[in-house]
Amino acid sequence: MPLKFSAEEIFETAKVLTTENFDIRTVTLGINLLPCASDDFEKLCQSVEKKIINIAKDLINKANKIEAKYGVPIINKRITITPASLILESSFTNNAKADAGKCVEFGKLLDKIAKKLNIDFIGGFGGFAEKGLTYADQVVIDALPDVLSQTERVCAFYSLASTKAGINMRAVAKFGSIIHEISQKTEKAIGCAKLVLFANAVSDNPFMAGGFHGPSEADAVLNIGISGPGVVRKTVEKNRKDLDLDKLANAIKQVAFKITRAGELIGREVAQEIGVKFGIVDVSLAPTTKVGDSVAKILEAMGLERVGTHGTTAALYMLTDSVKKGGIMASQSIGGLSGAFIAVSEDIGMVESAKEKVLNIDKLEAMTAVCSVGLDMIAIPGDTKTTTIAGIIADELAIGVANHKTTGVRIIPVPGKKAGDYIKWGGLLGETVIMPVHNESSDEFIWRKGQIPPPITSFRN
Amino acid sequence: MKNVNEKEKDLAIITVIGKDRTGIVAHVSQALYEEAVNIEDISQTIMEGNFVMAMLVDIKSAKKDIKALRAALEKVGGKIGQQIQIQSEKIFESMHRV
Repeated sequence: MPLKFSAEEIFETAKVLTTENFDIRTVTLGINLLPCASDDFEKLCQSVEKKIINIAKDLINKANKIEAKYGVPIINKRITITPASLILESSFTNNAKADAGKCVEFGKLLDKIAKKLNIDFIGGFGGFAEKGLTYADQVVIDALPDVLSQTERVCAFYSLASTKAGINMRAVAKFGSIIHEISQKTEKAIGCAKLVLFANAVSDNPFMAGGFHGPSEADAVLNIGISGPGVVRKTVEKNRKDLDLDKLANAIKQVAFKITRAGELIGREVAQEIGVKFGIVDVSLAPTTKVGDSVAKILEAMGLERVGTHGTTAALYMLTDSVKKGGIMASQSIGGLSGAFIAVSEDIGMVESAKEKVLNIDKLEAMTAVCSVGLDMIAIPGDTKTTTIAGIIADELAIGVANHKTTGVRIIPVPGKKAGDYIKWGGLLGETVIMPVHNESSDEFIWRKGQIPPPITSFRN
Repeated sequence: MKNVNEKEKDLAIITVIGKDRTGIVAHVSQALYEEAVNIEDISQTIMEGNFVMAMLVDIKSAKKDIKALRAALEKVGGKIGQQIQIQSEKIFESMHRV
């Protein structure tokens, strides 16, 4: 049987898989835990443990098997669950102290299950509060500092805004304090890296820390996130420096198409092996701390001296849009977060620019209006006022609400550190310089609380 | 139309990249012979200054699984100064054919 591919095609694939760091960043198994709800907390825990282990027991083995077949690394294997507030609510007894204890116990149970299955993160400890806070939401939110300080692998999220509902400013104000408390309770404030606050949260997000299995999903779904900043950067670099931007956009689209096709093939096989439904492919340029995996370096390869300078937002818009377009054509079911991630501490190029004070929170906020997520992995001074944190959250959620897109905030006030200091977390979370925040007060605005109404464009019925 | 035998094959592509030197084909073929891997087709060329050899192989009757074959080939690659990879043919199909 003859080879069907040209030497160029084979060489291209070989390079993508070796020197350009293409990888499946995560295979994430979403599991519906709503049937486990019970007014008997012990029974609830037992059925949750049984259900997760039953569905996910082969996730690691099967993912490893497919990884070997294609020689494409699958970096993370993860689980998302139905938001914890929706499951725990049934067991609450209106005794705030006892109910908070159940949250912590439930968190520890998830942590134990993750360790048992060798899963690196389990996401979904959160709920929806775009318009109001239920009793269960209040209990779960108040318990987050304890849950995140007493677990290792549990990730939390809360949805605080949507284009349909507007922004729940009471909840935003509350999270200003909660984030502060988490930073105090966890070593180097690491707990804050495991909490994402959303506008227009998506229910099939394979990425952490904000992944959860939404109530609109099937019982068990496998979503995958593929990445390859290195592949895209090589594409930009190998083209002429004066190539028109429309032609460069097209080249990025083509390479995004190819890596999405490869990713979808692998994702579908893993889903088939485990025997669950295949959900979506998110083709996202997600940085890691390796130089070859930097999104900032792609933007710089496009012709910017430093990421954060004038022109950065335009370059990022083009990059995100091209990746989405290539991905959409390639996949039967592309995910909503496809594009580029601009997590600061996880991206060596972003950190370099922040150190030189070229990149700041204000510029990052503008960039999030045109890329897939939000203010991500940004370290700020430990003594930042809770109302200032709430103000940062509100700004970011407003961008999502007004633009009908998902935005998120993962911000880390680091106790004892001031602007310009440095913090190292290591591993996937990386390291970064502490970014300055505005010192002028947002107090009175945040203290108003209430609800910021949804935009006029959402009144379509 | 494909015949029945072809459908049953488990095809993979081996890529050898490095500097041109003598004995590359001999070393890789010898290793494949030892593992009972059948070579279906070979193509080689020089690209971006690299010697590139692609082999279509059938690993259906191989003595080892693809993970162990990869390790064995990497060992051979180390000996002859070449980077050797093996992947299921399907990934090339998905990336280059619509």
